[in-house]
Amino acid sequence: MKKTSWLGISAGALCLTAAALIATPAAQAQDHRGGTMRLVAVGAGGTIDPQINYTLQYWQLYQGLYDGLLNFKKGVGEEGFKVVPDLAEDMPQVADDGKTLIFKLRKGIKFSNGQDVTVKDVVASFQRIFKVSSPTAGGFYAGIVGADKCLKEAATCTLEGGVVGDEAANTVTIHLTQPDAEIYYKLAVPHAVILPADSPAKDVGTDPLPGTGAYMVESYDPNKQLKIVRNPHFKEWSKDAQPDGYPDVVVMDFGLTDEAEVTAVANGQADWAFDQPPADRLAEIGTKYKDQVHVTPLTAMWYAPMNVNIPPFNNEKARQAVSYALDRNALVKRFGGKVLAQPVCQILPPGFPGHEPYCPYTKNPGGGKYNGPDMAMAKKLMEESGQKGQPVTVISEDSAVSKSVGTYIQSVLNELGFKAELKPISSNIQFTYIQNTNNKVQISVTQWYQDYPAASDFLNILFGCDSFHEGSDSSINIAGFCDKEIDAKMKEALKVAVTDQKKADDMWKEIDKAVTDKAAAATLFTPKHVDFVSKRLGNFQFNPQFYFMVYQAWVQ
Amino acid sequence: MAASETSTGSNIPGQAEPAGAKRRPAAGPWVTAFRKLVRDKAAMAALLLFILIVIGCSFAPYYAANIAHTDPFTSYDGTVIVEGQELSVLEESTEGLGLGTTPIGPTWNLHGYFLGADDQGRDVMARMLYGGLNSLWIASASTVLCLILAGLLGVIAGFFGGAVDAVLARILDVIWAFPIFLLAISLSIVLINSSIEIGPIVIRAGSLWLPIFIIGIVYVPYIARPIRGQVLSLKNSEFVLAAVGLGVPAHRILWKDILPNVATTLIVFVPLMMALNMVTESALSFLSIGVQPPDASWGTIIQDGQTLLYSRPMVALAPGIAIAVTVLTLNVFGDGVRDALDPRSKLRIGGD
Repeated sequence: MKKTSWLGISAGALCLTAAALIATPAAQAQDHRGGTMRLVAVGAGGTIDPQINYTLQYWQLYQGLYDGLLNFKKGVGEEGFKVVPDLAEDMPQVADDGKTLIFKLRKGIKFSNGQDVTVKDVVASFQRIFKVSSPTAGGFYAGIVGADKCLKEAATCTLEGGVVGDEAANTVTIHLTQPDAEIYYKLAVPHAVILPADSPAKDVGTDPLPGTGAYMVESYDPNKQLKIVRNPHFKEWSKDAQPDGYPDVVVMDFGLTDEAEVTAVANGQADWAFDQPPADRLAEIGTKYKDQVHVTPLTAMWYAPMNVNIPPFNNEKARQAVSYALDRNALVKRFGGKVLAQPVCQILPPGFPGHEPYCPYTKNPGGGKYNGPDMAMAKKLMEESGQKGQPVTVISEDSAVSKSVGTYIQSVLNELGFKAELKPISSNIQFTYIQNTNNKVQISVTQWYQDYPAASDFLNILFGCDSFHEGSDSSINIAGFCDKEIDAKMKEALKVAVTDQKKADDMWKEIDKAVTDKAAAATLFTPKHVDFVSKRLGNFQFNPQFYFMVYQAWVQ
Repeated sequence: MAASETSTGSNIPGQAEPAGAKRRPAAGPWVTAFRKLVRDKAAMAALLLFILIVIGCSFAPYYAANIAHTDPFTSYDGTVIVEGQELSVLEESTEGLGLGTTPIGPTWNLHGYFLGADDQGRDVMARMLYGGLNSLWIASASTVLCLILAGLLGVIAGFFGGAVDAVLARILDVIWAFPIFLLAISLSIVLINSSIEIGPIVIRAGSLWLPIFIIGIVYVPYIARPIRGQVLSLKNSEFVLAAVGLGVPAHRILWKDILPNVATTLIVFVPLMMALNMVTESALSFLSIGVQPPDASWGTIIQDGQTLLYSRPMVALAPGIAIAVTVLTLNVFGDGVRDALDPRSKLRIGGD
């Protein structure tokens, strides 16, 4: 540490101590600048293209690499859910009852290749979302005027009349087909980042694209390493949206097992492990390295969607029986204990907009608390359903926790009178496999982590009629649940949110209860996130949207 | 060594026996081989140990129901009394940050959790015994299937020769060229949610017959080829040529002259193939494509224990030791059988 350097050599020992105590935060921060942060992960996260990649692993890293017109605030707790202007000077000027958003672009910002960010880049970036068939092109950005054409013919996408640039005024205007209360969130996720206009209109794979963030990707080999260095053209314009970072270099090494990751961090060979520590190392890191562990609640859920369109779970009572019979406390134990998860019965996670504690599937329901399973009620419902003896296959991932949860569910299903089998499938294909109705999946084990903090991201996305596509690998309404009445209420809540968020949240509360009552999925627990960091890593901060803020931590 | 025991050559027709000597019937080749095997102490010790393992595994249902009082196929979350002390089967950590859940370790008490619990709170000892039953059943059934198919193909190819031999030999080549795990994984994915129907035979996705068929079929070329070679050499031996010369029908030559000679080779293969099949079954189950949960096999228990290797190594270690010991007994016994039946054989089976 070189805290004495700015004090001058004439200062005495007493002065030294006093000065160190009153050292300004800025000066302290300057002391921590530099060094190489070493991150480790089991595998690479796929393409490095920010408009295509849909993994937490890279979304977390994109925070210091790319910017959108808007961005989530680099804050902790609730603050982290706030959307702030990023490449735009300010929040947009809203006109036409919320259907028109006018953004004024900041001046003087450069890409990491030295080019200035212009209105043209912004327009081209929005077109590129469709040209590269971004996974959320249809889900998030279909409301932009001209998006329907772009979704049909991606190659010739112009978003004519949808995203209009005015170079003279340095503004970009986005026209929507209808008001969208969640458009700010959608513009703040990495798929809507601004890239140079001449970026190739295809997945760039392992060739990094220039960005505007404090850092840039220097090299990327998915079999070995991702190396991130400082962007030489970066000058901080907003601490909230894109603050400068501490480490000079960030490398993420691939190819370790989760056990090896923990060992590497424990030995100080790595600073942070991307993957969650394996179950049999939790007790060790929770005791021996407890000062290096950070546990943070997530707005996410582990759940078991039940296919409402095929036997036996086309019977509502059979679904409810499963929901009553599952002991969430037992499942929490399998996830790592009550410090790491919270048993829940409803769809919306605690702390989420529209969440009100509600748990009908428990002993002595009321008050929204989970009090253990009600096996008597489950067996009664099972008798009434007439589904006893039906064969059921539980599809889990082949990861340790998912398989453990699947084995437990299978055991409970057998206890209820089903003839249950468990099929663990490779994690690489399980998520798409369970979505496709052709695979006739009856019940599965999966997770959902929020894209952005809005109730619709759980209720409408996972249980809305529009999210159900028969025969498609992209049918995120895995249960195939489509209740016209509930769906109409969801659409209404989305409309109301444009003008009155509080009223909309109240509506979502009721919708959450209605969907929970129909038991299209058995919600199991809300997980917490474990970050295991090296001894030297300081200033650990957790952003609820993008998790550990890598670039805001220091290693020296 | 008593001369009488090996004096099959003395029983020559027409040779005069010493006066007053009691005529002892010469021992046949099977009896001779059996006596030789019995005298092989290592083989006998291995056989005894193997029988003990089989008996031990056969007691699985009795052990689970009456001694350990546990259901090894159902997840359990409660408590267990060990030496008067009530312990949680899945213990949540209370030290430090309180992270993690650790299953109960070995109690070394046969009345419950002798080898501890797995991550579902199930008794590992009871699962080990049930798992042994499944492993032994799959290994023996696939061995029988493999020997029947290989014997049939080898004899037909070797005896009839010509086009039949050419076609069968190519089929065996194709099977040989197919990596066993690739075949198993492909079949498993196809059968993930549905069953396979071949005429009246229906195999469900989780059926034990699936690994039995996969293992049984994949090793056919390993046995069929040497059998074919043996049949080819037998076909040209003097006694067969003599039979042909005498006008004995082909099916009778096959049944009376060829098969008895091939049978010894097949018997030699039994313990060796069982050992190989047991290892293959464990590997398939370890990859989740053999025995399906909640059923157990030693391979699946190792897989269950993999996630507990750091905190509860016994879960993976115990079935690993069981596989090693069983395979060792089968190999030692197999060597004894080979020496007894076919002392000149240079036959060795290699794993792939």
